[in-house]
Amino acid sequence: MIKADVTIIGGGPAGLAAAIEADKNGAKVLLIEREARLGGILKQCIHDGFGLVRFGERLTGPEYAERFMQEFNERNIEAKTLTFVTQIDRTGEGYTLTLVSRDGMHKVLTKTIILATGCRERTAKQVFIHGTRPAGVFTAGTAQNFVNLCGVMPTQKCVILGSGDIGLIMARRLTLEGAKVLGVYELQPTPSGLTRNIHQCLHDYNIPLYLSHTVTRVFGHDRLTAVEVAQVDENKKPIDSTRQIIECDSLILSVGLIPENELAETLDIKIDPNTKGPVCDQNLQTMLKGVYSCGNALHVNDLVDFVSESGETAGRNAAAWTPKKRLFASLFPGDGVAYVVPQKMDLTDENQKAIVYFRSKKVFTKSSLQVIVNGVSVYEKKYNHLRPPEMERIEIDFAGFDLKAGDTVTLKIKEGEA
Amino acid sequence: MKELVCIVCPNGCTLHIEGEGKNIKISGQKCRKGLTFAQNEMTNPMRSICSTVRTAFRDVPVLPVKVSCEIPKDKIFEVMQAINRVTVQERIGTGDIIIKNVCGTAADIIATSNILKE
Repeated sequence: MIKADVTIIGGGPAGLAAAIEADKNGAKVLLIEREARLGGILKQCIHDGFGLVRFGERLTGPEYAERFMQEFNERNIEAKTLTFVTQIDRTGEGYTLTLVSRDGMHKVLTKTIILATGCRERTAKQVFIHGTRPAGVFTAGTAQNFVNLCGVMPTQKCVILGSGDIGLIMARRLTLEGAKVLGVYELQPTPSGLTRNIHQCLHDYNIPLYLSHTVTRVFGHDRLTAVEVAQVDENKKPIDSTRQIIECDSLILSVGLIPENELAETLDIKIDPNTKGPVCDQNLQTMLKGVYSCGNALHVNDLVDFVSESGETAGRNAAAWTPKKRLFASLFPGDGVAYVVPQKMDLTDENQKAIVYFRSKKVFTKSSLQVIVNGVSVYEKKYNHLRPPEMERIEIDFAGFDLKAGDTVTLKIKEGEA
Repeated sequence: MKELVCIVCPNGCTLHIEGEGKNIKISGQKCRKGLTFAQNEMTNPMRSICSTVRTAFRDVPVLPVKVSCEIPKDKIFEVMQAINRVTVQERIGTGDIIIKNVCGTAADIIATSNILKE
């Protein structure tokens, strides 16, 4: 039986930051990673733009990951790679994890767990595309893995459905490697990726972006031979007269990411329907004591810098964990706000400072975010632009607001105040 | 008046440009980098590119690389061709130079991962 104070599941940017921070705070740390190498998705994100917030540099994904991997290795933190967690059981005040790896099955007894399991891409099955089931339908992440890790081109001529950031990045990457990207089709009337990616990945390479369009059907028996695209009306229904068949060998999907919380669900951890990640307090402890969540498992981030930050918050607090009863006030998304993290404030904790992450529901110009405690506005911040693809981060000290257990805190966006 | 989106950082500021050539007035940027970006963009647009090079090692078929500094936008595909002609024969690491002064741009092609050394 292996014993640990903090066991981290997932060795991507969130897990690495959590492990380093928990180790710094004196905990005995164990990190579990199912792949052969640490670094998570950053291993295949060879483009640059990572770390601007944290390091003030434009690093590539592997460079960003390796900065953390280096510190992780220097600290001699124990990592088990090529290892899966198959089961988690409560044991006294802690947890027993069942691990499976090439050398068999192991048990770990741990005081706390940090879920740093990242997110998964939505697949073709989840966006209801009709037609045959040929080879040649890839998620953008799979295409990225083929090109950047395996050195194999999955397509010569493709259509991309969805304007998520990975799709935009792959449009550029495939074009650089000589493939023809015929167009990016987005169901929504606005792009879902970052504005700078629309410019540097599509406009720079003359790749057309079709908003309010979707792929309605795929053709091909063994290999995809064509797709049918159509414009959609305001109810997102394809307009028949606009249907058009495009010959291509692949359809690449960039249609959204969902936090991966299969393990959390086996523990009946409460999930926020807005983020699809666990409900957490300001220390990123879930509603199940001793279990923490961070990174893209908590909510899908657009910048890795904030993934690392949430990993550090979880790592530091998990290292300091003691069994106690928590008392909560709740944070809710109000008008114009899509989600708020954390969803709870633990009022028994001395630290009432919270890093609050939120996203707007739609595009706002000249607006202000207001924090309302029991009907009274206690905090206000002005914004020139709020866009759903761009997560916002604010720091709020709740200590002065005299919160009581059961109180509600609402974040809402007020338009037109500059 | 011309509009540009600054691609230097995730803020993605919308820049407004009045005038032409060297006599331009730029507004909308949150920082100095936006000014430099707009000036370059109007005269000699520069870009950074990232790619992979083939290796001689079976366990790591490709190694991620980038340009050490920005290159002119119109040289991108020429630089890509140069990158795709190379096969790395040694277990090099992050920052090691693979092609010096690629296509006469003054930029080097450098490795961005230590994966071959692990």
